[in-house]
Amino acid sequence: MSEQAALPGESWGAFLAKAFQSRSFLAGFALTALLVAMAAVSLVWTPYDVTKLVVADKLQPPSALHWFGTDQFGRDVFSMIMVGSRNSIAVALVAVGIGMGLGVPLGCWAAARGGWLDETLMRLNDLVFAFPALLSAIMITAIFGPGAINAIVAIGIFNIPVFARVARAGALALWPREFVLAARACGKGPFLITVEHIVPNIASMLLVQGTIQFALGILAEAGLSYVGLGAQPPAPSWGRMLFDTQTRMIAAPYLALFPGMAIVLTVLGLNLLGDGLSDTLDPKLRRQR
Amino acid sequence: MTAYLLKRLAIGLVTLVAASVVVFAVLEIVPGDPARLMLGMNATPDAVAALREQLGLDQPVLWRYLAWAGGLLTLDFGRSYTYSSPVIDLIAERTAVSLPLALIALLLTTAIAIPVGLFAAARRGRATDAVAMGLSQLGVAVPNFWFALLLVYVFAVWLRLVPAGGFPGWSAGAWPALKALVLPAVALALPQAAILARVTRSALLEVLGEDYIRTARAKGLPRSYVLRRHALRNALIPVLTIIGLQFAFLLAGTIIIENVFYLPGLGRLVFQAITQRDLIVVEGVVMLLVAVVVLVNLLVDLSYALVDPRLRART
Repeated sequence: MSEQAALPGESWGAFLAKAFQSRSFLAGFALTALLVAMAAVSLVWTPYDVTKLVVADKLQPPSALHWFGTDQFGRDVFSMIMVGSRNSIAVALVAVGIGMGLGVPLGCWAAARGGWLDETLMRLNDLVFAFPALLSAIMITAIFGPGAINAIVAIGIFNIPVFARVARAGALALWPREFVLAARACGKGPFLITVEHIVPNIASMLLVQGTIQFALGILAEAGLSYVGLGAQPPAPSWGRMLFDTQTRMIAAPYLALFPGMAIVLTVLGLNLLGDGLSDTLDPKLRRQR
Repeated sequence: MTAYLLKRLAIGLVTLVAASVVVFAVLEIVPGDPARLMLGMNATPDAVAALREQLGLDQPVLWRYLAWAGGLLTLDFGRSYTYSSPVIDLIAERTAVSLPLALIALLLTTAIAIPVGLFAAARRGRATDAVAMGLSQLGVAVPNFWFALLLVYVFAVWLRLVPAGGFPGWSAGAWPALKALVLPAVALALPQAAILARVTRSALLEVLGEDYIRTARAKGLPRSYVLRRHALRNALIPVLTIIGLQFAFLLAGTIIIENVFYLPGLGRLVFQAITQRDLIVVEGVVMLLVAVVVLVNLLVDLSYALVDPRLRART
């Protein structure tokens, strides 16, 4: 941790303490905590069993018994939203993991080596950006078969260039700094310097980007499962629930309301969290807002 | 300036070639033989082999790539297996729905976002700014297909102002066709407008701190004039960049929205082609969209020069 003292930044604890003073971070943290809590509780308890079909109770409007009503098979929508949150979190989280796990090393490598390698990697990055992400994700899931795993891969691939770009930009700014020069003077190679000095100092930037990509991943997963290419029924997913309501807009419009609100609140929470974090990272921006 | 544009053009061309290799390679490793799929499970091996030959599937991979990529240059996208008509005709027919939809959505996006961004930047830190930015934060989080469902419920099911879905075709007259595109366009535009409004506001705030803004105010120019003439023009570069990205996003985004409204656009074409393993159609549409992205990026680069005379002077 002694390397970090070389920067005007501070330890993670102090960073988080400062972040909690930001109103958008607080609001985002609350919403995200709610989401995580909902997903965690659904592992051990839901108001109703979402695998049990009770046809006698089908398409009931919201009531004290069924807070968000029931779907066409009599399943409790509130319970389905709880279980569906697991799917959204898992897909988006692993997709961010793929993006970070491959993108950050590539970006750091490009920054450390420079020259033709940097140029080649960045051109490859541009190539991926030329593919409309949504269309390509649809193509990938459609070709290799619909399902949560392929959705994760399809979303994850397009996270790689995003993280590569952020990591490279951050690393490039650090390489000329004195503490990196000092490490080089001590005889450390590019790999050790990247691991010990560069990555810890760009970690907070990556965290901000991670929350943004997490939010985009939730939206992308909802879109894919809405067109039937995400998690397959009977596993509940928010996008799929919306698709199922489409033909029942007249009989049960409330069915479309709740899964959509779950998506909006989740994405809103993550975006606010990201905003709060970046405000904390760069106070200059906060004054402008 | 010319050198700059030539370099951008060269990068664009290399991107297109690389993209064609990627698209071809991805579809090459697809599980399932199109010939067998078309003929069904009961077809004799002879019939499958005959069809493979007819489709050119027995040729070496490199040869097929060159034939396909060479065809693209002359706008010959090949023939669809399932529609048995040239892919370019299918694309042209569907683009007549998707392109107007994306353009209307882009128009709506800018028409909403720029005024909101200006308004919020002019009232920075006040309650109206906070409300506008709060709403935009909410707008960014709304999935467009969900918003589309809500619009259908309110305007088609409840108020019965517009059709809930389907497309009468341009032959039915401009007005009925446009009416069918209104809700999808609004649904596509709202989340994008929210993003663009935030970008516009922060680009303006960046510029408003500059000395020349203070000078313009000091010489007695009214605030709104300085905001529009001096600040907006200097803030245009990031705004144009995002608009360019958004156009590509909107065109691709029509894919999901078309499913909500049952519009016969490029998205529905791709979906049907994928389920029927009509790979040549999928390749054609993906290449078309990549070409659009490359073209739009070029146009954005060109517009930088139009907006900023300093870039024009730089050779």
